[in-house]
Amino acid sequence: MSTYILSGSPHVHEQQDVKKIMWGVIYALIPAWLVSIYFFGLPALFLSLVAVASCLLFEFLIQKYLYKSNELTITDGSAVITGLLLAFNVPSSLPWWQMVIGSLVAIGVAKMTYGGLGKNPFNPALVGRVFLLISFPVEMTTWPKVSPLSTSLTDVITGPTSLGVIKEGLMKGETISKLMQNVPSYTDMFVGNMGGSLGEISALAIIIGGIYMLIRKIITWHIPVSYILTVFVFTGILWLINPEQYADPVFHLLAGGLMLGAVFMATDMVTSPINHKAQLIFGIGCGVLTVLIRIWGAYPEGVSFAILIMNAATPLLNNLVKPKRFGGA
Amino acid sequence: MNGLKTFPLGGVHPDDCKFTAQKPIEQLPIPERVYIPLSQSLGASSVPIVNKGDKVKTGQLIAKGEAFISSNIHSSVTGEVEKIDEWIDTSGYRRKTVIIKTTEDVWEEGIDLSKEIKREITLTKEEIIQRIKDKGIVGLGGATFPTHVKVSIPQGKKAEFLIINGVECEPYLTSDHRLMLEKAEEILIGTQILMKAIDVDKAIIGIEANKPDAIEHLSKIAQNYKGIQVQALKLKYPQGAEKQLIKALVNREVPSGKLPIEVGCVVQNVGTAFAVYEAVQKNKPLIERVVTLTGNSWHGGNFWVRIGTTVQFLIDHCGGLPTNIEKIINGGPMMGKALVSTDVPITKGTSGILAFTSDISRRVKIYNCIRCGKCVSACPMGLEPVTLEKAAENANWDIAEKYFVLDCIECGSCHYTCPAGRPLLDMIRLAKNKVNQIVRSRVQ
Amino acid sequence: MSIIVYSLLALGGVALLFAAVIYFVEKKFKVVEDPRIDEIQEILPGANCGGCGYPGCRGFAEAIVKTGDFNALFCPVGGNDVAKKAAAIMGVEVQEKAPQIAVVRCNGSHEHAPKKVTYEGATSCAFAHMLFAGESTCPYGCLGCGDCVASCTFDAIYMNYETGLPVIVEDKCTSCGACVKACPRGIIELRNKGPKGKRIFVCCINKEKGAIARKNCSVACIGCGKCVKICPYEAITMTDNLAYISFEKCKLCRKCVSECPTSAIHEINFPPRKTDVKNTNEVEA
Repeated sequence: MSTYILSGSPHVHEQQDVKKIMWGVIYALIPAWLVSIYFFGLPALFLSLVAVASCLLFEFLIQKYLYKSNELTITDGSAVITGLLLAFNVPSSLPWWQMVIGSLVAIGVAKMTYGGLGKNPFNPALVGRVFLLISFPVEMTTWPKVSPLSTSLTDVITGPTSLGVIKEGLMKGETISKLMQNVPSYTDMFVGNMGGSLGEISALAIIIGGIYMLIRKIITWHIPVSYILTVFVFTGILWLINPEQYADPVFHLLAGGLMLGAVFMATDMVTSPINHKAQLIFGIGCGVLTVLIRIWGAYPEGVSFAILIMNAATPLLNNLVKPKRFGGA
Repeated sequence: MNGLKTFPLGGVHPDDCKFTAQKPIEQLPIPERVYIPLSQSLGASSVPIVNKGDKVKTGQLIAKGEAFISSNIHSSVTGEVEKIDEWIDTSGYRRKTVIIKTTEDVWEEGIDLSKEIKREITLTKEEIIQRIKDKGIVGLGGATFPTHVKVSIPQGKKAEFLIINGVECEPYLTSDHRLMLEKAEEILIGTQILMKAIDVDKAIIGIEANKPDAIEHLSKIAQNYKGIQVQALKLKYPQGAEKQLIKALVNREVPSGKLPIEVGCVVQNVGTAFAVYEAVQKNKPLIERVVTLTGNSWHGGNFWVRIGTTVQFLIDHCGGLPTNIEKIINGGPMMGKALVSTDVPITKGTSGILAFTSDISRRVKIYNCIRCGKCVSACPMGLEPVTLEKAAENANWDIAEKYFVLDCIECGSCHYTCPAGRPLLDMIRLAKNKVNQIVRSRVQ
Repeated sequence: MSIIVYSLLALGGVALLFAAVIYFVEKKFKVVEDPRIDEIQEILPGANCGGCGYPGCRGFAEAIVKTGDFNALFCPVGGNDVAKKAAAIMGVEVQEKAPQIAVVRCNGSHEHAPKKVTYEGATSCAFAHMLFAGESTCPYGCLGCGDCVASCTFDAIYMNYETGLPVIVEDKCTSCGACVKACPRGIIELRNKGPKGKRIFVCCINKEKGAIARKNCSVACIGCGKCVKICPYEAITMTDNLAYISFEKCKLCRKCVSECPTSAIHEINFPPRKTDVKNTNEVEA
């Protein structure tokens, strides 16, 4: 007689698992990846491959030789996402060995020390990125100018990002209207024809990826919308107060890593709150911090720091903000 | 399908898989032996009043529910009591069971077996409740709560609505659906009887939109019955849960830890309404019920089954199971219990028997929790299953209680939706059990 | 030069101020505690296992100082040594208690009690016990999810995956009783360790009728009563179809072991017999 299987209810399960979710995110990242390869050429392709490969390698080595675990999680796709996002957050001119160090920090320090997938308090890719930014400030803030379909791995012409132009100009006492002449048109910024980190340049490609993730129910609208809306409203108010001192809100949406951060980094399930109410607060917090850093901080860009700070606040939000309870007072 | 009502919080959408919806209810032959457990309703088990060797008739009282929350049990066949012994229940534990060897099928006197529909309600309110109690009617939706307790409105409370649950939100099951199609008139009369018992003039029958034929059929007949309204509902699990159904139909929220009567509602299943009709109008005790036999690749049909028939007998009647069946479930796939063996008898609470092949019988792979929050969004009670699971894992019962583990209705939406395949409901059930013990010991 | 002087003065002043505050607080808010509590806590094992029934070793030390009742208070981990030392601190005499050990009273391995169903779900005996009778459908048998292993703070239990039963490591078991509490079925019992670790016990807690028990498990106690009859010391009692050997009365004569038809009675740490060799783990089918 064959033995029956016995388990508690429910006996059916949704056709969704961690692996499918992770690979779904990777598919969503592909448009932005293709755009970066188009605008930055072979170096972008090379750098992202280095990042993914080293993330996978480090996760494998740590799991096998430090944890001595028989179960390997590198196939679940989370390390690939970390690698891709890390590459998306650096300039394409970054030396490959720095990329490897960044991967080691992202996977080894920010993810595996806490016990691997699902246990890390901070977004691994952002930790890697911030580590690189602090350790190699020159390389991390030297931005190659876009040269569509370039095949050369060296000799890049560099220039500042739009946010950098504004920040430096304002510090020298110039006005926004004058500085705006030095940044690309909004159309260019929207499709990605501007200097910056690999994956952050094209808002369009990121939005396509975001819509795909929404349809696949990998993310919900709460974090991206509240994040972007907060930045829009906050910078909008400042712009209305003094348009010569503060850039307009559309510029803030399209410039820098806001789109990438709001759609792919802040929505990272592991490091964001678990209920929708807390997610809205999380998004608003990210937005406020981003604007604060961008406008009054020392760095021209504040998305990474804003998300990391809110990551730290996630357990608190989870504890303080509870979902509406059925029949609760 | 816009404008359909539903409950707002949480919920999931499993494939409904109603393969047997078009199969009319067949009469299952009477088996050679029936195994009638003495504990078939919530509350205390019944006390047997027959002995080994006694001859019993179909419909004869064989065990009395003596406590307030317990129910009478009647013999479902005619024959001789072989023994009163322990027999396995769905989980494999042994419970006191009356085992009857059948001879022929002779019904107890006074039971109206005619097919004629009796519309006029002659009994008074008190007589109706007494009759429901005598005839051993329990909630046939699966929880088997004794119906006479539910229709006895406590002092100081007033019922405003009777809600008849024809939602059948569990995938696969079609027993209520078929009953609504085939016994619509009787269900409506049963509804009227229940309305009289709890003294209300409004009744709403809630049916999910995946049963358009039942909605249409019942709505048409309900026009002749004053105060009964049929309401179509959007497809969403767990709409058939009492609290969720009340919220969907009359937009009232049963407070945490309270019963539906708190908001003036009494909820009964359509099967119960039919059983009430038979008990009150035909004097027939609850000795058979509709059972759906189906599965993901193998479909039996819908059957009138005498209580106490073994699952094996039902399966044999449909030609036996295919060899690749790995899991047998008593009830629906979301809340049903997996069976230890097919020797288990069908009881008053069995709405269906499902046979799952190896494709879906196993649990999915378990990953680390990725804190995606899907369980939180899916929970119809607004709880945080992930927090409760962690609390249970660490045996931290205080935390579990603090986050309202006792509000959980065990619908299984959290586990269904969890991409990491965490055994959320398993651990929450454990926590519920432990917290219940703690709360009880605190009271004493 | 003056900078050094000023900074020295400033920092020194701050330091003095803080020292004064700390001194004041120490005097003002001092908690007077019986010094014996600290002394007793010193000699306790410090495992904080809760085996004594108090939350941690300090709680136990406080209880001793408070009540001084060595009959009711016993640290199972430290055993008689600790009891003696603690009694010396308290200035009282203490009676020796026989050392105990946890004993798993189920032998329903995969071989003896074949699986009838396969359990999938949370690895928790407590939950499995709520859900169903067990993979062998013996409602008394070990569920094999390892709640006892998880509860042991001394690493003294491990799960033998071949048999599906927990094994107690004799040297490590401190008889703290955590596993006894963790087991939802009450399979584990604390029994006297016995002279040189020799002990005899009934390795089954099934109270069902013999035929039913035997159907699920070939080594179940079937309640035949042969052991009760043969025992010369009246150490064995039979309640609800289940034999129980009182470890206080048992004189370790081993007569019952060879008498048991299902080999449900186990002997441990005895030298092998000359005739009728019967290993404890070996059972005729």
